[in-house]
Amino acid sequence: MNADPTLRSAPVPGTPPAPVPGTPPAPVPGTPPAPAPGTPPASAPGSAPAPAPGSTPAPAPGSTPARAAHPVAAPAADPGTGVGGGPAGPGRGRRLRGASPLLWALPPVALLAVFFLYPLALVVRQSFQPDSGGTSLQPYADVFASPAFREALWTTVWLALASTAGCLVLGFLLALVIAFVPFPGAKGVARFIDVFLSFPSFLITLALLFVYGRTGLANGLWTGATGAADGPFDFLTTPWGVLLAEVTYFTPFVMRPLLAAFAQLDTAQLEAASSLGARAPRIVRQVILPEALPALAAGGSLVLVLCLNEFGIVLFTGAKGVTTLPMLVYGKAILESDYPGACVVAVVNVLISVGLYGLYRVVSRRAGA
Amino acid sequence: MSIRFDSVTVAYDGNVVLDSLDLTVAPGEVMALLGPSGSGKTTALRAVAGFVRPASGRVLLGGRDVTDLPPHRRGIGMVVQQYALFPHLRVEDNVAFGLRARRTPRAEIRERVAEALEMTGMAAYARRYPRELSGGQQQRVAIARALAVRPAVLLLDEPLSALDARLRSGMLAELARLHRELPDVSILYVTHDQMEALTLADRIAVMDKARLRACGTPRELYRAPADEFTASFVGNANLLPVTVTASGAALGDARLTVDTAGAAAGARATLCVRPHLVGLGDGPNRLTGTVREIQWRGSTHRLHVDVAGHAVMADLPELRDPPAHGAEIALHFAPEDAVLLAAGVSGDER
Repeated sequence: MNADPTLRSAPVPGTPPAPVPGTPPAPVPGTPPAPAPGTPPASAPGSAPAPAPGSTPAPAPGSTPARAAHPVAAPAADPGTGVGGGPAGPGRGRRLRGASPLLWALPPVALLAVFFLYPLALVVRQSFQPDSGGTSLQPYADVFASPAFREALWTTVWLALASTAGCLVLGFLLALVIAFVPFPGAKGVARFIDVFLSFPSFLITLALLFVYGRTGLANGLWTGATGAADGPFDFLTTPWGVLLAEVTYFTPFVMRPLLAAFAQLDTAQLEAASSLGARAPRIVRQVILPEALPALAAGGSLVLVLCLNEFGIVLFTGAKGVTTLPMLVYGKAILESDYPGACVVAVVNVLISVGLYGLYRVVSRRAGA
Repeated sequence: MSIRFDSVTVAYDGNVVLDSLDLTVAPGEVMALLGPSGSGKTTALRAVAGFVRPASGRVLLGGRDVTDLPPHRRGIGMVVQQYALFPHLRVEDNVAFGLRARRTPRAEIRERVAEALEMTGMAAYARRYPRELSGGQQQRVAIARALAVRPAVLLLDEPLSALDARLRSGMLAELARLHRELPDVSILYVTHDQMEALTLADRIAVMDKARLRACGTPRELYRAPADEFTASFVGNANLLPVTVTASGAALGDARLTVDTAGAAAGARATLCVRPHLVGLGDGPNRLTGTVREIQWRGSTHRLHVDVAGHAVMADLPELRDPPAHGAEIALHFAPEDAVLLAAGVSGDER
């Protein structure tokens, strides 16, 4: 709410740099050059004949008539600009510049379509085609009716929610310490978090296996010390193991935006609060936390989405009883060859993720993060 | 409540930023800490607030040693340059913050918030958020917030520096009024602006390079500065290198009559004359020189005159017929308007 958006370093994902629909500046035809800073001087709307008016994605209603008027305006505009060289020179540059946003947009859009949207569409289509043939909602009915799906859905949701809550609490506390408790190496820790973000998720799980696994470090110490056959730590293959791994892995995703937000916090506010008689807990609650809310919301919703879709951690803990939606997709598709069923689960997973992402955008925009 | 610095030294990484400060602010007194940036004045204030720990020395409030107390137990009101209001709290909640932290009963909080807002003229803005206020209004809220807890000591750290010139003089009058209404509150006022210090302070402590240079009433420091730094920082000053003679001082060929205050004849000294006490034309202590610069400032003319190689400034009531550039003119000043500063007192350190 209060957060100055320019202060937050958290990048708003997904906002393209505003490709104005109906791109070419196209001011009033015939106006002499330089209508706005940044537009090329010779940007007179004229000549740019190339993009057929209809081919523009989302052609603004006004743009077509404007373009139709160009040829008329062109001769008037050219002498006005009077830039050296023949008319061909500026004309060519103009054409390139006018068309370039579209040209540049084409490859990524095509790539996206071929490698992402089309396969996704195939998945969706498959989900409506039961093995018995034809097109029906039967796969959905089957999947929704199966206890395995409902259990996986529930497991996925509560694991994701619990992990997110854990990450938020742990991340907030750790970020508080790193940002506000001066200790040697705080900077190094903050930098390590950046590195940590680049680790693959299964690496953390693997590390946990080394520590808490059946033959891991902790159990080894225990059996070595007591002579018992088995150690006391046997939670890694339970949902708690998954939870621990997810909290461990995703906490830095919360800390990163928090540290950025804390760095922007005016220390004078903390001092003012302190001189007014507030102790540390009150300062955290009433000064720091409200300032950190946008960052918490941003980090939390990001982690929630990531946890919903987490596959590597669940797979690596080898938790037999823990089946999440991604695991169910994997099981149905690879192990049971039930492609329609797998696709249904995948579609549900995608819908939840997209829904949450939408929520995330709304929240983060409202929060100004 | 009195504030006392007892040889307070503050160092960061072995870098001394406040060197053995001894200073006492009497109960109800306004003490200005005046100095350029890096002079240690803000550090001194922060030592009172508890945000910096002295490497040695003690800070006493009302005779009680608070050196080891954390800031929240010192009972101090503090206002800083950038207001530092809590942006997510309404004005009234900002003002109530300190009272809530002290667990004041609810009814009393309401009363005292209203009183503090009334005092600072911000009662009409109680429901606003800080971002909906102008800079001057935000600073009033910050002052109300500091006063609401009824501190015996108020620390003001460049409170007017973020305001524009017109607002500043208004707020200065406002602060003076507040102090008349709260005569028991001791105020430590950090500023680099001599006008603020001269206007508001009962006494001024001039600081430079982590040290206290001089301390006295504004009048004392202005009329009889102890050294060159004080002379040039409290008000404008012409500082002329002279040689002490039996009857006064010599500046080049000119023989000047001034109070030598017992300085030995033949010694080198600095003569301090305020520009507005320099007159045009003949008179006692006559100096002749060449006009280098004429500045018209509305109600006054400022002349920069080259007198035997020394720059002399003269602030004169607006001249009907100002001298021309390069003209040879005569200046004079009354013997009692000049102060002889012993050379070397400050010159060696600069």
